[in-house]
Amino acid sequence: MTAYVLRRLGAAVLVLWAAFTVSFAVLYLLPSDPVSIMLDAANPGGTVDPAQVAELSARYGFDRPPLEQYLVLLGRAVTGDLGVSVTSGAPVSQLLADAFPQTLALTSFALGIALLLGGTIAAVSSWSRSTRLRGALLALPPLGVSMPTFWIGLLLLQLFSFRLPLFPAVGNQGFGSLVLPAVTLAIPLSAVIAQVLARSMRTAWDAPYVETALAKGASRGRVQWRHVTRNAALPALTLLGIAVGNLLAGAVVVETVFSRAGFGGLVEKAVRTQDIPVVQGVVVVGALVFVVVNLVVDLAYPALDPRIARTPATA
Amino acid sequence: MSAQTAPVLQVRDLVVEYEGRGESVQAVRGVSFDVHAGEVVALVGESGSGKSTTAHAVVGLLPGGGRVVGGSVRLHGGELVGLTDKAWQQVRGARIGLVPQDPGIALNPVTRIGDQVAEVLRIHGRVRRAAAAQQAVEILRSVGLSDPEARARQYPHELSGGMRQRVLIGIALALEPALVIADEPTSALDVTVQRRVLDLLDDLTSRTGSAVLFITHDLAVAADRADRVVVMKDGEIVEEGLTAQVLGAPRHPYTRSLLAAAPQLAVRERVPPPAPTVGESPLLDVLSVSKTFRLPGHAGRTVQAVDDVSFSVARGGAFGLVGESGSGKSTVARLVLQLTTPDSGAVLLDGAPVTDPAGRALLRRRSQLVHQNPFASLDPRFTVAKIIDEPLRSHRVGSRSQRRDRVVELLEQVALGAAFATRRPGELSGGQRQRVAIARALALEPDLLVLDEPTSALDVSVQAQILALLDRLRRDRGLTYLFISHDLAVVRQVADRVGVLHDGRLVEVGPTADVFDQPQDPYTAELVGAIPGHRADPADRPLERSTR
Repeated sequence: MTAYVLRRLGAAVLVLWAAFTVSFAVLYLLPSDPVSIMLDAANPGGTVDPAQVAELSARYGFDRPPLEQYLVLLGRAVTGDLGVSVTSGAPVSQLLADAFPQTLALTSFALGIALLLGGTIAAVSSWSRSTRLRGALLALPPLGVSMPTFWIGLLLLQLFSFRLPLFPAVGNQGFGSLVLPAVTLAIPLSAVIAQVLARSMRTAWDAPYVETALAKGASRGRVQWRHVTRNAALPALTLLGIAVGNLLAGAVVVETVFSRAGFGGLVEKAVRTQDIPVVQGVVVVGALVFVVVNLVVDLAYPALDPRIARTPATA
Repeated sequence: MSAQTAPVLQVRDLVVEYEGRGESVQAVRGVSFDVHAGEVVALVGESGSGKSTTAHAVVGLLPGGGRVVGGSVRLHGGELVGLTDKAWQQVRGARIGLVPQDPGIALNPVTRIGDQVAEVLRIHGRVRRAAAAQQAVEILRSVGLSDPEARARQYPHELSGGMRQRVLIGIALALEPALVIADEPTSALDVTVQRRVLDLLDDLTSRTGSAVLFITHDLAVAADRADRVVVMKDGEIVEEGLTAQVLGAPRHPYTRSLLAAAPQLAVRERVPPPAPTVGESPLLDVLSVSKTFRLPGHAGRTVQAVDDVSFSVARGGAFGLVGESGSGKSTVARLVLQLTTPDSGAVLLDGAPVTDPAGRALLRRRSQLVHQNPFASLDPRFTVAKIIDEPLRSHRVGSRSQRRDRVVELLEQVALGAAFATRRPGELSGGQRQRVAIARALALEPDLLVLDEPTSALDVSVQAQILALLDRLRRDRGLTYLFISHDLAVVRQVADRVGVLHDGRLVEVGPTADVFDQPQDPYTAELVGAIPGHRADPADRPLERSTR
């Protein structure tokens, strides 16, 4: 078990390092001159002062060999220092720390809704013996998957903000402002969860251990809850680790649609102004979230399925 | 026999229908029988006979699409057909216990053993959690598991098949139900384990006086365990009566054909032909091979799968390699076919070591494998012709038209006929599939066929046909067989020499009759003694269970 945890932790660190290295390579070694881009961004169309260029190059270390730049930046990143924003001069870690809680609240709320909605659809459809109800429920996921996020967002805004003024359309004020964006973000994910979970629940219902449970006198509800759900959760759990990446990407779009402050706004502005340290900071934090979630998923496996911890070779 | 008392289970004119796409099929048609307290009634038949459907109708657990459309099922006089879900929940587990078929998959893999046993107590009694856990441990003790406290905390994958079936028996009998349904309870288990598990079931049910409905395809098991036998075919009962009567003097032709096909019961009627030429050098020589595997997940721990095994197979002979799961018999097969290499020792084919590059090329053409499961070993998207043609194509034998003729010829050799060439595996029965697999193995005209449990997935009458085919092919074509099986009765019909594997060691080798009739090694003796059907001989079988 300890070896399993250590191996997963090692893999997580490796992924983080790779994310940092690749983003460094892409952003710093591309055939463009970061300094002139910065100066142009600060003073569009202005003349370029060579002394200023030299000063900036020295400040950011661009005059050093790439390997040295990389090692210095990596060393700083390990201690939590991700550099300074080119456009605003604020520390990148500060910008990230300001935006992150907003996005975290949005995505975790959306994840909760998606799990509840998807799980309920899957559980009811596999538990029910009415073929009509089952058919109706299973028609929902393909619908949810095929609707684009921005369109769901606009639809929800139109219905629940403009026609029925239940929730605010824009902004970050209070819990109410969180509802519509979170629902928007949750719908496609809940559809995928429902699809995968419904299928693995149907498979579980056909398993011989379900017959054993029914033969004990268990009700269908008890079988669904005690036997089917836990066995069916494993494939859905794998999906969850992958879905979190999509959730972060989706958050960027949704935050833009609902004009919310958060990662979405930060990324959009940083990319527009080519604020390289900020972009790299976002990449690394995104990778960090992804790695942490997948680490949690990996560690949850043995807790859910006792067969995994004993055979780490196949896990 | 307690014919005068009211039966525990009374089935009358039972009709079960399965609804398919637009059409419905009657799987059980007008079946009637009784089971009395303390009595074991065996429901025997082959796949599709409706025996399992009947059993599932009795506990109200028909699979999706199946329903009882006529007749009645009464438990102690109370009608079960048409009960509500709620009422069924009171019956199942408490008044009817079910021992399921495959202990490998019949327990929830992610729940501890103790909790799964306690569940039946929690559902029916108003027992507190702690009391139920305590009782579960007692149940595990009563089914003969050592250290039941530890077992209760384990998960199903940590127990052997026999132990799991004991757990399932414990669950089924926990509340001393009036009726126990055992659905092929030991067909997935090794023969020595089978005997112990069936002894346990006998012991526990006779102690509680439960009525037992025993579903089996194995007439020998029925002969050993049942007071009465009910023979089913195509959804109907063809014969029923006292076990000794039905199996000793069968009236219906179908029962007679089943008995003739049952290897354990018909053992003295067929004797495998001996190897034709004696004195010539053997075709296959296995010289003290050993193979060790590393245990996954246990750094440094290894398991000795094959330990210094030597035997030789005469040209035209049939060598039976018997052993239970984990004995190493499949690893020996893989070593012979060079699918894995031995740590030490050598395999010679016709005197040439198969580990040489030259020997290996020879081996690939001259020895072929027939797999255990004909449902998995044929590509479902290929036609039969393409399946049989595949070894010819990959060894670039003959022109296209020559190969086409060869396929037809091979189909005729396995008694299928040219009409089968265009079919796909999905359209074939298990026996037909295994014939296709044999035809494919014969395509390159090999000298040696390695047959890995070739009939264990088949019904007895189909098994008898395949064994007869193998006999004929060996005589006509001078083939040599390495026949691997856990089923001693089958080996006895096929092999002229037998080797017994136990924990990777060959404990006994000799002519088939000697090994079976005068086993020298204690393990062989136990194995032979565990073959069901010993009580089939009316002379040494007590007629009534009550005399035990």
